[in-house]
Amino acid sequence: MKHLLSISDLGADGIDEVMRITDSFVEVSERAIPKVPALRGRTVVSLFYEDSTRTRLSFETAAKRLSADTMNFSVSTSSVKKGESLRDTVETIEAMGIDAVVVRHGSSGVPWQVAQWVDASVINGGDGWHEHPTQALLDCYTIRQRLGSLEGRHVAIVGDIKHSRVARSNVLAFTALGAEVTLVAPPTLMPPSLAGWPVTVSHDLDQVLPKVDAVYLLRMQKERMTEALLPSLREYTSGYGLTMARSNLLPEGALIMHPGPMNRGVEIGADVTDLPNTVITKQVANGVAVRMAVLYLLLGSGADLVA
Amino acid sequence: MPELLIVGGDLVDESGRRRGDVLVRDGAIAAVGEGIGDGAAAGPNVTVLDAGGCIVAPGLVDLHAHLRQPGREEAETIETGARAAALGGYTAIVAMPNTEPAIDSPGIVREVRDLAAGVACEVLVAAAITVGRRGEQLSPMAELAALGVRLFTDDGNGVQDARLMRRALEYASGLDITLAQHCEDEILAAGGHMHEGEWSSRLGIPGIPSEAEEVMVMRDIALSRLTGGRVHFLHLSTARSVALVAAAKAEGLRITAEAAPHHFTLTDAEVAAFDPVFKVNPPLRSRADVDAVRAGLAAGTIDAIATDHAPHAPEVKEAPFDQAPPGMLGLETALALALTELDLPIEQVLGLLSWRPAVIAGCRADHGGPILEGGPANLCVIDPEAAWVVEPGQLASRSRNTPYAGRKLKGRVRHTILAGTPTVRDGEAQQ
Repeated sequence: MKHLLSISDLGADGIDEVMRITDSFVEVSERAIPKVPALRGRTVVSLFYEDSTRTRLSFETAAKRLSADTMNFSVSTSSVKKGESLRDTVETIEAMGIDAVVVRHGSSGVPWQVAQWVDASVINGGDGWHEHPTQALLDCYTIRQRLGSLEGRHVAIVGDIKHSRVARSNVLAFTALGAEVTLVAPPTLMPPSLAGWPVTVSHDLDQVLPKVDAVYLLRMQKERMTEALLPSLREYTSGYGLTMARSNLLPEGALIMHPGPMNRGVEIGADVTDLPNTVITKQVANGVAVRMAVLYLLLGSGADLVA
Repeated sequence: MPELLIVGGDLVDESGRRRGDVLVRDGAIAAVGEGIGDGAAAGPNVTVLDAGGCIVAPGLVDLHAHLRQPGREEAETIETGARAAALGGYTAIVAMPNTEPAIDSPGIVREVRDLAAGVACEVLVAAAITVGRRGEQLSPMAELAALGVRLFTDDGNGVQDARLMRRALEYASGLDITLAQHCEDEILAAGGHMHEGEWSSRLGIPGIPSEAEEVMVMRDIALSRLTGGRVHFLHLSTARSVALVAAAKAEGLRITAEAAPHHFTLTDAEVAAFDPVFKVNPPLRSRADVDAVRAGLAAGTIDAIATDHAPHAPEVKEAPFDQAPPGMLGLETALALALTELDLPIEQVLGLLSWRPAVIAGCRADHGGPILEGGPANLCVIDPEAAWVVEPGQLASRSRNTPYAGRKLKGRVRHTILAGTPTVRDGEAQQ
């Protein structure tokens, strides 16, 4: 595989392979010196056109633990501010000699465009409302770690589905692995069409919660208020926020997940994060190992996996 | 000027199809008839154009071309756009007024006409309905009409204010001009970059609902009814828009409509590759919409095929999809797409590309009329069986943003004759 642009590039078998490699890197991450030489001499660039702390740091950590060299291109300090086009920026970076570029952009599809212009491997670090495949992979890994498998499991994804790349990638990943997915949101926060999405839809979180093995909460952005999508955040929280009271509707052992950053008190009750089945920090920890696996899969020689 | 003899073709015009040679002298058709070219030999005073296996038709007329001059000469000039038009079989094109500055005053109309003097195609200038295309104040329509402007439009934008559109229609009805509307409710469409539906939802690209077009089609049909004014709908793209126009015509309202080749050949599924070359406004719609546009063309509900030729320099089309400007090239591919993709007799295809748009453009005296002795020699000679592949680098336009790169098409222009002079000869532009 050359690039990781979409979860659909992987399919169920590809996701399984990433999970298998991730197992090895989780073990590496637990060592006293969590570093392997697998990508020594390789260069990984993060090209982030959007503010992001966790994804960028997670990729950088992953690359460093594989002994790759890392470069960080962030828009606020770059020539983009001087008017350089996307293509020129990408070609300039490639001219420095790189092996992989992690692209985060606010516009859907940019990693596909970049992949047309460079020889390096392109990893989609999140594009617009479209996809965030490594997030979905780490979410799959986290669910498997806790529940054994996604096959036959039921996951509710709750919140701003319409504007969420996390939701799009997770729908593809969870269903590819055999899970049932229910999307829960007010109609204004659903995509205009769900034709071809193998999901069910609900506008009643209280009805859904008792039936799920995991509830996945999406970040609710304040700017949605200005687009007449919601009357108020308060009304959103009263209908769709996972308050402590509501979390009691979940079956024993059901996971509570969130891609971060959270709006405590909006989509998730402030104290819900402390519940034993809340795996949000586990997601972050797994993110590093999953991204190591992705980089290894795209750039590795196949040898000395965890030497 | 040497005489031209167009030999061996089938003549197709509004009156039908017949065999015939055409003799052109002094910019006009001097004789038409079977066998008049028999034994003719080229000489210093006679140019012989071979039309064997070809259709000889009135020159094509495009109601909708963005020639980008003045203001965006890096994308196209009137000269390069006219050359592309001639290669596409056109002898007349309507230049849209969304230039920089907008064509909204007699001075700019004159400037554009000066730039168009001597180019490979007649350039008919459309002027803006409102000053600066800002939708606030009427342009000097009477003065512009007196200069011969027949079509007015704020294309690129629709006139949003219903009362202003009503006044424009009332004012226009005294001037024998047509108002052409780009139908798009800007508030409903705001922020959208492709058709809203299955694909926009999947791709995470903000959508433009069909209804953004349809509410303005509905509104302007109502305003035409109210004022008796003549409205031409630009680039219709949705099934319901076509149905609305059919109903308005059945009612007897003074409504005409056009459709662009991309709206009868491409769907929103093309956007899946995220290539901004497939970004256009109105956007590529669903399969059902494409089928309805085709049916509307076949039924005559849609009067004309118009290119919406919209050149953009390569660098601006390499931006992220939601930052790239909308628009596609069209002049050099419209005829072949219509012949290849529409399952219609060539007489009907040529009606949609020539004599019917000529009426809407108000240029029927010079273009699109029957091929008769004494008529103007604005003609095109089409080889309907010629197969070719669209190669962006081979196009005459200054830009390269065709969505049809690599597509195999059937039907190509062999010669184009403007006012008795070949602008295209054996597929080659002559200037």
